[in-house]
Amino acid sequence: MHIRTFVAAAVGLGLVTLSACGSSSDDTGSGGSKTVTLVSHGSFAYSKDVLKAFEKESGFKVKVLKSGDAGQAVNQAILTKDNPQGDVFFGVDNTLLSRALDNGLFQPYEAKGLDKVGAEYQLDKDEHRVTPIDSGDICVNYDKAYFSKNKIEPPQSFDDLVKPEYKDLLVTENASTSSPGLGFVLGTAAKYGDDGWKGYWEKLKANGVKVVDGWEQAYYQEFSGSTDGKKAGGDRPLVVSYASSPPAEVVYADPRPETAPTGVADGTCFRQIEFAGLLSNASNAEGGKALIDFLISKKFQEDMPLNMFVYPVVEGAAVPAEFTEYGPAAKDPEIMAPEKIAENRDQWVKSWTSLVLK
Amino acid sequence: MDLARTEVAKAPSGPAKAPRRRARTGSAARLGLMVLPVAFFGVFFAHPVAAIVVRGLKADGTWDLGRIGEVLGDSGIRHVLWFTTWQALVSTALTLLIALPGAYVFARFDFRGKDILRAVVTVPFVLPTVVVGTAFLALVGRGGLFDELWGVRLDTTVWAILLAHVFFNYAVVVRTVGGLWAQLDPRQEEAARMLGASPLAAWRKVTLPALAPAVAAAALMVFLFTFTSFGVVQILGGPTFSTLEVEIYRQTSEIFDLPTAAVLTLVQFVAVGLILAVHAWTVRRRETALRLVDASLTARRPRGAGQWALLGAVLVTVVVLILLPLGVLVERSLDAPGFGYYKALTSDDSGIFLVAPIEAVGNSLGYALAATVIALVIGGLAAAALTRRAGRLVRGFDALLMLPLGVSAVTVGFGFLIALDEPPLDLRSSWILVPLAQALVGVPFVVRTMLPVLRAVDERLREAAAVLGASPWRVWREVDLPMVRRALLVAAGFAFAVSLGEFGATVFIARADNPTLPVAVARLLGRPGDLNYGQAMALSTILMVVCAVALLVLERLRTDRTGEF
Repeated sequence: MHIRTFVAAAVGLGLVTLSACGSSSDDTGSGGSKTVTLVSHGSFAYSKDVLKAFEKESGFKVKVLKSGDAGQAVNQAILTKDNPQGDVFFGVDNTLLSRALDNGLFQPYEAKGLDKVGAEYQLDKDEHRVTPIDSGDICVNYDKAYFSKNKIEPPQSFDDLVKPEYKDLLVTENASTSSPGLGFVLGTAAKYGDDGWKGYWEKLKANGVKVVDGWEQAYYQEFSGSTDGKKAGGDRPLVVSYASSPPAEVVYADPRPETAPTGVADGTCFRQIEFAGLLSNASNAEGGKALIDFLISKKFQEDMPLNMFVYPVVEGAAVPAEFTEYGPAAKDPEIMAPEKIAENRDQWVKSWTSLVLK
Repeated sequence: MDLARTEVAKAPSGPAKAPRRRARTGSAARLGLMVLPVAFFGVFFAHPVAAIVVRGLKADGTWDLGRIGEVLGDSGIRHVLWFTTWQALVSTALTLLIALPGAYVFARFDFRGKDILRAVVTVPFVLPTVVVGTAFLALVGRGGLFDELWGVRLDTTVWAILLAHVFFNYAVVVRTVGGLWAQLDPRQEEAARMLGASPLAAWRKVTLPALAPAVAAAALMVFLFTFTSFGVVQILGGPTFSTLEVEIYRQTSEIFDLPTAAVLTLVQFVAVGLILAVHAWTVRRRETALRLVDASLTARRPRGAGQWALLGAVLVTVVVLILLPLGVLVERSLDAPGFGYYKALTSDDSGIFLVAPIEAVGNSLGYALAATVIALVIGGLAAAALTRRAGRLVRGFDALLMLPLGVSAVTVGFGFLIALDEPPLDLRSSWILVPLAQALVGVPFVVRTMLPVLRAVDERLREAAAVLGASPWRVWREVDLPMVRRALLVAAGFAFAVSLGEFGATVFIARADNPTLPVAVARLLGRPGDLNYGQAMALSTILMVVCAVALLVLERLRTDRTGEF
């Protein structure tokens, strides 16, 4: 393409004027070997003390770059993988894992302490390109007050959701833009099979399921059971969210209630696992490795639950009492092999979109 | 905004033709002036956009052009194309319907507070789409003002989108059409009346033909802006409605179907090129000599019940359509006692950014300032090169400068990330990336403001100076600069305001620890809870005030009315 020769000619000329500006980038850039940069999605959260302790122990300074939803963050990382914005990426989950691996986003690194991580979480255990960090369950949550007031039993399973008594009650997220939305669709595919899930969604659509773009909108605007949803006048008592949402409702409430105002429909869950990995062209690979080791250290694993509302994956890491009391992990969540997700995800999302949204 | 209509206003007499022997040095000088703007657009526009398209359509070294047919044959994509066109047509029609009476009132009536009102209707145009989306959510969304009062909710309906588009583009029509209308000599219509024509016939035969090209140009600009609508549709449309621009964003950022995104980028590119070509054609058709007079001579106080009623109707429209959404925004930002949301902006506890949200104000001002300087240099050089009318090459150059207004900002933003990542152009982590992207949108405004004024400078003055031995630089300083100083300031103001509000590209390249105002607003909106929502409203209000002040200053500067926009 002649664009390239054109650019080559233009570069020498136009950039003279910019070179003065460009040089100022280095003082905050990730080039220094003492700074390790973690790239993640917008939901990444941690206690400052815990990170400080790591900085002190390891001698690396940590810089965190957060952008967008999980899916967007992964895609942006893939697009910039030749010259990545950081050293470690955290936040690719099992639904998108294959996209990251197939695009060569990560380089292998076997983290110290991996032997304490449960085998069921290790989805790349031959090559160790990613390290499991946390897990959670995507499940339908219900508004307890609504169901007791109307004297209806809350739904327990996927099958229940298409029954007439739950008509126009459920709000879910767009599977192409939201990871709980996608997880829910994959859950139905795991339950009803490669062909059966479409028929299920036809029934769900006929039963008045509402689709919004993101989890925040669904949970904090449409769902009548959350504190914010109540304020916003949300009128859907069923929402696709997480098994850890009820404890979050308790932890954030002031004063704390005796019991969680919301519950989880145990038969509607899909297991989500989040991973971190050392980026292929990381400029500070040593720092990156130390950071990944830290992410599966007991200290970080025990700090995680009340910051991100996820479960630790390391054996022996204590789960906070709020979790066990208000929202135990799903007993028997649907799971799906990453290869199967890789093979079908894009096609399923496409069919789902034309089936449910158009 | 006005694209070239003042060229018409100022062109009729035309600068004296330069003697032939000067023509050759003139064209060499023009090429010299064009080098930097062309290089700038090559490196920071063509290169990133091409990189994204190539990335999407080239697999393992071979072009996969079959994808184009595949994508265009997809029923979902065809639905997007249909909706994009349909909503742009309806938005344009609605905007004309609602804004043309406004254009008339601003052109022909004199009333107190007119200058301020003119600035008020322009505020939406420079507001970030995120803020507009938010304002309309606060008005017609769940729990919004209309919902509270009457239980009326328009979110996730096409009506919210259309209303927001009219809100946005009202100023385009009022300024483009109204500006010319104010300069049309009313005596021509009066003469027709005297010769026995009815008021309607006189208007239809005299005023309408003179106005029609300006209406067409305004309509095309509204069509262009609504055709490429992003933030508004993203926020108000929900998952069901998607314009081409939103679909490009979804395909790239969410579904990661780069080939589809690349095809859609090309489709949008072609569509925008067509719109601009038609626009250029209508502009050229307008270059028929019109009798233009000073705008201050044509306006007078309204007379009679009909005219007062018209003025009243326009004022009501402005209040309901423009002031109400902005007012609701301000009201929501004050919802917490003791300016609580504004105070919260100074704390960095939220964990959303690594800094207190209020720092976004400083970042935005700094970026916008840098972007303004870049846009002035590039746009100023380009305008100087375009001053002397010339052939097709220059006209092509002219159109090139307009393209960034219509080409997906999302594509540009992603393109920056993947194209400007290697030495000597490794700008990934440099702050200059943001002003560069913003300057791309600012340049067209600079060119459009400067060009008519530069063209109005009598060539003989320049020649006289040159004959007396002045260097080209001295000619420019002594002849051109004093005449264009004011236009330069106006151009700077618009470049500044547009840079402040740029969102589509900035959202991809602004660093997490250096958010701009619009990016901070979007992040806060995407977060749960009253406090974040309130902070988003407070930041939007700050941004709106900064834009409004910038515009009021511009209105003061623009007393000579040579350039509308």
